[in-house]
Formats: sequence, C-alpha cells, structure tokens
Amino acid sequence: MKKTTAPLKKSWVPTIFIGITLLYLSLIVYIPAFNVFAQAFRKGAGPFFENMTHPVFLDAVRLTVLLALIAVPINIVFGLCAAWAIARHKFPGRAFLLSVLDLPFSISPVVAGLMLVLLYGRNGWFGSALEAVNIKVIFAFPGMLLASMFVSMPFVAREVIPILEETGADQEEAAKTLGASEWQTFWHITLPNIRFGLLYGVILTNARVMGEFGAVSVVSGNITRRTQTLSLYVEDTYREYLTEAAYSAAVLLACLAVVTLVVKEIVERRTHQDG
Amino acid sequence: MAPSTHPPTPERLPFLKVWQFLSASSWPWRVTIGYLFMMLVLPVTAMFLKASQLPLNDFWKIATSPIALSTYDVTFTTALISALFNGLFGTLIAWTLVRYDFPLKRIIEASVDLPFALPTSVAGLTLATVYSDNGWVGSFVAPFGIKIAFTRLGVAIAMLFISLPFVVRTVQPVLQEMESDIEEAAWCLGASPWQTFWHVVLPPLFPAISTGVALGFSRAVGEYGSTVIVASNTPFKDLIAPVLIFQRLEQYDYVGATVIGVVLLMISLVILLTINVLQAWGRRYS
Repeated sequence: MKKTTAPLKKSWVPTIFIGITLLYLSLIVYIPAFNVFAQAFRKGAGPFFENMTHPVFLDAVRLTVLLALIAVPINIVFGLCAAWAIARHKFPGRAFLLSVLDLPFSISPVVAGLMLVLLYGRNGWFGSALEAVNIKVIFAFPGMLLASMFVSMPFVAREVIPILEETGADQEEAAKTLGASEWQTFWHITLPNIRFGLLYGVILTNARVMGEFGAVSVVSGNITRRTQTLSLYVEDTYREYLTEAAYSAAVLLACLAVVTLVVKEIVERRTHQDG
Repeated sequence: MAPSTHPPTPERLPFLKVWQFLSASSWPWRVTIGYLFMMLVLPVTAMFLKASQLPLNDFWKIATSPIALSTYDVTFTTALISALFNGLFGTLIAWTLVRYDFPLKRIIEASVDLPFALPTSVAGLTLATVYSDNGWVGSFVAPFGIKIAFTRLGVAIAMLFISLPFVVRTVQPVLQEMESDIEEAAWCLGASPWQTFWHVVLPPLFPAISTGVALGFSRAVGEYGSTVIVASNTPFKDLIAPVLIFQRLEQYDYVGATVIGVVLLMISLVILLTINVLQAWGRRYS
C-alpha cells in the first residue's frame, strides 16, 4: 500500500496532522494520565505504600472487589442470555430491544441512582416492604450492587452479539442434529466461538463496576469504612485535602484501566488472526 | 383467573402476547426479559410515576426554575461545544491513525480508549490538578487571567476528555474502509486537495462523524464523576444538571430531584433516538 495520499503531496501535511494529534492527546489524555502517577509517587514510594495499607483504604478495596465479584457474574449470565436471544432470533421489535439494552449507557449515572432511590428508598415503592423485613438497600451494599449492575449491564451482550451474528447458527444446528444437548452445544460450540468477545465484555464490565462513581455515589451515602468504594474514596480524600491518599487509590484504578486496554489489544489481535 | 368472555382489548393484547411468549419460551429469554424488567422497566416506571403524581403546573415550575434552567445551559451548551470540538479533533486523530505511520503508533492508537476505561473520579481528580492555577497546564494560561479548573471551562475539559473516544472509534472504521483510490481519481481529474476533501472524503464520513458527536454529547450530558470534581459546582456558574439532582437528593427533595431527572432522561431518550437514525443513515453508505 502506498503511504502517501495522492492529493496531499508527501509534504508537511502528515507532520502537521501527527503534531496536532499528539498535542491534543497530550493535553486531554497523556498529561492528566501521567500526572496520576507523578502525584502518587511525588514523595517517593514510602508514603505511597503507607497509604495503601491504611485501614480505610483497605476497606474500600475490599468493598470494590466484593461488588465486582457479585455484579460481574450476574451480568455475564444476563449478557449471554440477551446476546443469544437477540442474535439467534428474528422477531418484531428486535431493533427496539437492542436500543433498550443500550439505555444504561445513555442514562446519566446520577439518574440511575435516583431511580433506585425512588424504588428502594424509605419513601420508595418497596421502601415499607423492605423496612418490614429489615433489609436496607439504599445507603447499603444491596443498593450499590444494583447500581453497579445497572451501569455495566450492556457490555457483555454488546461484545457478544456481533460475533454470534457473524458466525451464524450452522455449527450449533449441526451439533444439535448430531444429538448434542443445549448445554453441550453451548459449552463446546458457542463458547469457543465467542470467547474473545466475551472476555473483552467481561473486562469492560469489571472495569465499569470497579470504577463506577455517579450511580454508586447516589445510593451509597459514602459512609467511610462501610459503603465506600475505591472510586468514592478518591473523591472523599480529595475533598478532605488528603491529596496523596486520593492519588494512591487513583493509581490503583488507573492500573485497572491500563490492564483493560491491554486485554483489549490482545483480544483484537487474536480476533484478527482468527478471522 | 376465570376465562374472560370479552375479547382482549387492544391495549391488553401486548401484555397477553408477552405473557404467552414468555411462558412458551426458553429460559435465556426469561432471564433477559426478567432482568431488563427488574433493572430497567421498573426503575424508569417508578421515576415517571413519581413525576406524574405532580400537577403539570408544578412540574413545569420546577423544571423551568431559574436554577434548573441555568444547569441545562451549563450542561447542554458545554456538552454540545465539547462534542463538536471533538468532532473536529477526533476526526483529525482518526485520519492520522488510519493514514499515517509514525513511531509508537500502536500505543497511541490504544491510548485513545483510556478515557473510556479510566474511572471518572480519577479523571476528575487528575484534571482538577493539571488544569488548576498551579497545575502543569493551568499554570501556562493563569498569567493570562484564564482559570480552567473550578470554572465552566473545567467542565468543558472534563467533557472533552470523556467524549473523545466516541468520535475517534466511530470515524476510524469508516475511514479504514474508504479506499484512497477515489481520492486519487478525484486528484487525477484535477480536483484541488480542498475540493477532494470537501466533495469526496467528507460526504461518506459525515454520518459517522455525526454519530460520534451524538454519542459523545450523550455521554457528556450524563457525566457526573469527573465534572463534579473539576467544577466548583456554584449555582448559575458551573453547576451541571446531574449535580443539581444529587444536591436535591441530599436535601431530601425527592420531588425536585425527580423532575430534573425526568427532564434529563427524556433528553437522553431523544439523543438515543437521534443516534439510531444517524446510524441507519450511515449504513446507507456502506
């Protein structure tokens, strides 16, 4: 392939374009990203690790991991079911269902949290029923779980649907004709086909659950050591001028983002090799 | 239930159909519909019902109160400007990534998704530091009397950050599929670079750029985490609508929060509809 684009002579145009790209990305992405690490290690690694062992910080880590451990598997099951239902069937309102599935991305996280408060809060629809059985949802773990599940709901289905559509149902039908059960078909035929898309979907779900701020913030009440996730800890410590503590947690979350991007790269390369 | 002697009324028919469908369908369908019902339909209905308990007059009064109007202005105007700005620079970045080769290209290409993967509170934290008066970037513009962090400009920077990947990732695949043959043909036929760009390159790209801008706008409008940290959240200055909802909730003003929430949700739905129309438009080109 020729590298030059014909109308734009091999001249200063590429240089200017690359220059603007790098400048813009630096201002918006690279400098802020680099700043996270620079601030966290400003006074060396010692204070950084000291912050990392602070009990409040450790509680936030524990809660964040616990949220992901529950919310991610639930959304995997839902995502696979929804992907199979949408990709393997033609029915009226299919496009509509796809749009509905995308709703959590369009709805502001704060509105998502507000809706949960209106449902499960003290004056909400289920408020009195929940109070009667002594279950606290809002300002407690279940509410945060629901909020995390809400905001990360579409990822798995969205990554898996295109792959299912591309591979078609032929192999699955062949397996069924040969006497495989539905479960066997899924395990031996469908799952290997969608594995990379599924992996990326899971990684995205996990990143969103662990990093979610708005929706969780509304329903958590941000009670230190009890309903504080890492993301909430970042904001809380920043507001209390504990900038170093905030940046220590930020580094951890930034590493999570980097891991997410690395997995994405790997998945993309593997799918190109397969295809 | 006793079998009804009346034929089902038209408005009951869909529910009946859904019920018949669910009882006849396999369990993945039931999981999908059940989960969507519990997680989406129920909460959205709860919010709309809560809002509908309010007389229309009162709803309108709260929805158009001066503070609400000012948050719409800050939210939507800033989000629109940021999204359009990214429409320009995002397209330029996509072009550079598709057409030119340069060192570290793979890493730079992957890094475009960082705003998508970075938790929003981290983004807000670091943007507030970098763009404050004594931050790495903020200190450059501070001598000219320009304050970025804790003003509306800060909100704009946060919105630029989070909406950037949407434009690049929508435009890039379309550019990749576009053959440079057509441009060469246009050039051979005597078109100037500007004419080639305007009449040959831009038209097929335009639906993708619009979709990207709409996606970015949608994301910027709903954004909370990064904007709440980078702004001072002063009413009539840089207070955005999601933060106003949050403040109303903190004051236990559920009605006020619900009204603004309904307004935001309706606008999100309109944007979602627009994006679907734009995507259908884009498919006509491929």
